[in-house]
Amino acid sequence: MDKAKSMMDKKGASGPFHVNGQSQRVFHANGSCCSGSNAFGSSTGPSGGTFDTMHHHLHRGDDAECNGSPAKRCRLRRRTESVRRNRPPFPWFGMDIGGTLVKLVYFEPVDITAEEEQEEVENLKSIRRYLTSNVAYGKTGVRDVHLELRNLTMCGRTGNLHFIRFPTQAMPRFIQMGRDKNFSSLHTTLCATGGGAYKFENDFRTMADLELLKLDELDCLIRGLLFVDRVSFNGHPECYYFQNPSDTQSCVKKPCTLDNPFPMLLVNIGSGVSILAVYSENNYKRVTGTSLGGGTFLGLCCLLTGCETFEEALEMASKGDSTNVDKLVKDIYGGDYERFGLQGSAVASSFGHMMSKEKRDSISKEDLARATLVTITNNIGSIARMCAVNEKIERVVFVGNFLRINTVSTKLLAYAMDFWSKGQLRALFLEHEGYFGAVGALMELLKITEDP
Amino acid sequence: MAECVRLDSSTSSHTMDKSITLPPDEIFRNLENAKRFAIDIGGSLTKLAYYSTVQHKVAKVRSFDHSTKEAASDKLYEISVQEEVTARLHFIKFENAYIETCLDFIKDHLVNTETKVIKATGGGAHKFKELIERKLGLKVDKEDEMTCLIKGCNFVLRNIPHEAFVYAKHADSEFRFQTTQPDIFPYLLVNIGSGVSIVKVESEDKFERIGGSSIGGGTFWGLGALLTKTKRFDELLQLASKGQHTSVDMLVKDIYGGSYGSLGLTGDLIASSFGKSATADKEFSKEDMAKSLLHMISNDIGQLACLYAKLHNLSRVYFGGFFIRGHPVTMHTITYSINFFTKGEVQALFLRHEGYLGAIGAFLKGAEEDNPNQYSWGENYAGSSGLMSVSPDMNPMQRARSGTFDMLEMDRLERQLVNLPLLQDASSYIPDTMDLTEDALAREYWLYCFEEALDGVVKRAVASQPDMPEASERAEKFRQKYRHKLQTLRQQPFAYGSLTVRSLLDTREHCLNEFNFPDPYSKIKQKENDMALKYYQKAVKSLEELSWEERQFALVRGVLAGNVFDWGAKAVSDVLESDPEFGFEEAKRQLEERPWLVDSYDQWLERLKGPPHKCALFFVDNSGVDIILGVMPFVRELLSRGTEVVLASNSGPALNDVTNGELQILTEKIAAMDPVIQAGLREDRLMLVQSGSSSPCLDLSRLDKVLAMVVRERQTDLVIIEGMGRAIHTNYYAMLSCESLKMAVIKNSWLADRLGGKLFSVVFKYEVPAEKPSQHSAALTPS
Repeated sequence: MDKAKSMMDKKGASGPFHVNGQSQRVFHANGSCCSGSNAFGSSTGPSGGTFDTMHHHLHRGDDAECNGSPAKRCRLRRRTESVRRNRPPFPWFGMDIGGTLVKLVYFEPVDITAEEEQEEVENLKSIRRYLTSNVAYGKTGVRDVHLELRNLTMCGRTGNLHFIRFPTQAMPRFIQMGRDKNFSSLHTTLCATGGGAYKFENDFRTMADLELLKLDELDCLIRGLLFVDRVSFNGHPECYYFQNPSDTQSCVKKPCTLDNPFPMLLVNIGSGVSILAVYSENNYKRVTGTSLGGGTFLGLCCLLTGCETFEEALEMASKGDSTNVDKLVKDIYGGDYERFGLQGSAVASSFGHMMSKEKRDSISKEDLARATLVTITNNIGSIARMCAVNEKIERVVFVGNFLRINTVSTKLLAYAMDFWSKGQLRALFLEHEGYFGAVGALMELLKITEDP
Repeated sequence: MAECVRLDSSTSSHTMDKSITLPPDEIFRNLENAKRFAIDIGGSLTKLAYYSTVQHKVAKVRSFDHSTKEAASDKLYEISVQEEVTARLHFIKFENAYIETCLDFIKDHLVNTETKVIKATGGGAHKFKELIERKLGLKVDKEDEMTCLIKGCNFVLRNIPHEAFVYAKHADSEFRFQTTQPDIFPYLLVNIGSGVSIVKVESEDKFERIGGSSIGGGTFWGLGALLTKTKRFDELLQLASKGQHTSVDMLVKDIYGGSYGSLGLTGDLIASSFGKSATADKEFSKEDMAKSLLHMISNDIGQLACLYAKLHNLSRVYFGGFFIRGHPVTMHTITYSINFFTKGEVQALFLRHEGYLGAIGAFLKGAEEDNPNQYSWGENYAGSSGLMSVSPDMNPMQRARSGTFDMLEMDRLERQLVNLPLLQDASSYIPDTMDLTEDALAREYWLYCFEEALDGVVKRAVASQPDMPEASERAEKFRQKYRHKLQTLRQQPFAYGSLTVRSLLDTREHCLNEFNFPDPYSKIKQKENDMALKYYQKAVKSLEELSWEERQFALVRGVLAGNVFDWGAKAVSDVLESDPEFGFEEAKRQLEERPWLVDSYDQWLERLKGPPHKCALFFVDNSGVDIILGVMPFVRELLSRGTEVVLASNSGPALNDVTNGELQILTEKIAAMDPVIQAGLREDRLMLVQSGSSSPCLDLSRLDKVLAMVVRERQTDLVIIEGMGRAIHTNYYAMLSCESLKMAVIKNSWLADRLGGKLFSVVFKYEVPAEKPSQHSAALTPS
């Protein structure tokens, strides 16, 4: 705790990080040279840093230490040069294969020289065109155009970062496509994280002759998150919160910066939920997790309402009323339960009304979808809040694809954090919700090439 | 899963005859004197509580007035049976469907007109308020649910040994009972009703709801009903116990494939509950969905409970509420969850009488003027149904039969019971040597043994009341009751906490009392006391003729030989029955020669050569030869050495054990013949106190408060425990903070065999506690 605090203080003094306009964004993959575990990289100094703008990155305090001696500075420059030369070949992908969704980020270089264009092999060109000219792939693949990071500089190249997702179920078809496009001939490394990196490793090898570089998902998540926050969302803050979360009328989304992100409680809501206490880029621990996550919401909704997609489930939920399904405190006590300071409007028993046959016969699918959403969300909020109190962390950052197009949940989480902590805790959200693992994986690709 | 199937099949064949569906007058007992009613109406079960007085017969002994020499003077003392009134708490649990019938019955039998109000709690109290007021003509006075729950919880934790248990599905004994802690606070109570309340309890009156969750029993029931179209909670649990959650849940191995092992992950962990039902295009079975739901909810509650326990630094966490109540399935999943999330640091604890907490608490609220918390109470084994008596999981047949009633009766003890101050560690003291719940072989033997002995006990009971023609009818009822208890215990050894020889003996005493056989051995004891007294002087004289060292050995042999005279031991009662002339000398001949099975006589002798003890506390055993020819000469020697002696005997009768009342008379008689005893009494160096117990065994954590006071005041430095019941079945391993001497003759060949000896083997265990640095010297030690 003390260490995290002192680091925070240092960074607090450094102010917001530097962005050189739209065209020169900062990239720093693993800049921390202070102690801390790094599962993959060397530990002898900044391993992924590349650019002359490096001193502007988030860990300015740490760099000051690194730059302290002329010898170190010299070494750094040499490295930068070498990385420039040893840039990985295109295409640049980062992949996060989760339990339900595959998240893919693709860096499309826009600074391709004529010479490069000429050298570019045909199948590489076709991949680039296929991905950038479509917004949907097959029946289930989607490119989140609104999330695209434009004119981003990575590893000395300028380009656009594209965010693509498709169901994990479509993974075999994706691998098939990799074989059909003769992806292996490009000699690129496919960096992948998430459980699927392990599950599909063999399929990639045998079906498409591709070797995956498997990466730890929590490392990738944190690295990707800090990176996207650092480069900002096309000039706008990546992070936001809700003002007046306790008042449905005046509750508004407000952008904010995450300049002093540490310590933070990071709640990643995918199919399941992981909760991490993050003290620095390389110093974090997994506090706990719960199996009641996005997969539970969708799974239960499918069973209860017959819906088939997350969008459908959310759409129904937005129209429903959970109080027809849940038993409230006032349903039991006729009003507030004063002995324990419980409001009458608080949920006493999720799905509690469904114990009665008459009520079961009278509710709508929309009500059920809403109750499922509220139950899962409140539960995550409750566990997150307890963890924040136990870990003595006031900043709670919620990420993961469960929050995609899900304002019901984000507002509810914001409300729950605020209300139950009496204003002590603040819920923060990020625009690129579920893509940080994939971004983190891409950053590993750009980092590893430095080591000969 | 296999366990569930095994449980079902092992009990189902026996459940037909175990129903406790009884006529109402056997359920709502002692209504004629009932007062102070309380009712707790839950979602499906009603719990009724009332206070009543029970009139029952007790055997009293009284010295004859020897100033008027009369014909009866050949008898030592007079035995009379008197009526005594004691207080009893009745708690009855039944399904809400019977509430009207039950109220009618109560109305018809309620004589006491002083009762004006009935305390009510529980979610259903509101719903049935009008009905109760109309039927009973009592005003319904509502009490806060959680306050009642906590009050009830404190009460059972304080008064019922083995109330709390740990549930271990895969262990030999699924229920591992906890010993009563001297201090029950602080603890966390997680009440899983339709929602979850997490309450921190710091003292009798101080508690706080520190958290909760809306995902509780109502969620399981409501969501389960939607998913499986199954209406009843119990049926949902049945479904769940047959299902496989892995077809519905997304596990870590589903996401990671087969290679999670190298990452140190457990593949079977649930990554996302119901995660597969979002993607798989297939139908899921009701069983599988119910199982997945059960895991989801249990894990979630367990996780929250752990987070709160950690935040408040509490390690005792009790779980209750209808989600838990008598359901091994939910106890197992909650236990699993707690173990997982705390890595074993916190144990999930459950309560035997969890279902009664609200009713007990509401009752206590109404009875505050009677100060029930000032007394000690004891569970009456005869009148209580025991754990799982109506559990559908344990007794699937019970569900098919309507109207099952579960009962708990608690007797107010005349005396307040406390720990013996000389226990080395009161919190870890376990009275019983053998836990028959865990030891199946021993259980088998002792249940058989008690069943075999039943005929004899019945015969003895009838014989003890020759002037009462209906005695044989009552004795027959006793036989049925006790046999039924033994059958219940065969199936559910955990019914009353850990099953022990002590609990089997106590249950028999409770059943005998229930049918007004307060002291079947009173006449035998009288006769034997009379006989033995005649030899007292001769015995003392022959001892006096011995050298000091010979005498010490003879005294010990005397105690041991005296202890052979025990009607409680089958091997001996057969001899006593067939050979009334079996004498003290004969008993000495039966004794094992030294070295005994356990033999620290040499150390004892060495100790006797040293300075006398300040004060000896002697827990005595049988009447007749044992107390008069064995114990008294030994006591006499201690007194002569300058050691004060406190003789602790039972408050009430048990087998042929000498009671405090009898011992008073015997001691007076002996004092009249023996100046040493006389002087001891006169100078208050010999004191008779009652133990507070009516058991042939001895629980050093539940002793009369007066005894504890005397022990402390007199700076007792030696504890002597005599007899099989007190020194072998119980306290064999008891660690005391002063010197102790445990003496017994093993009068049971099975037990002798177990201990590596043979019939009439001798246990002579003299122990000195390990030297502890005194407070003083510790203070002088530089740190």
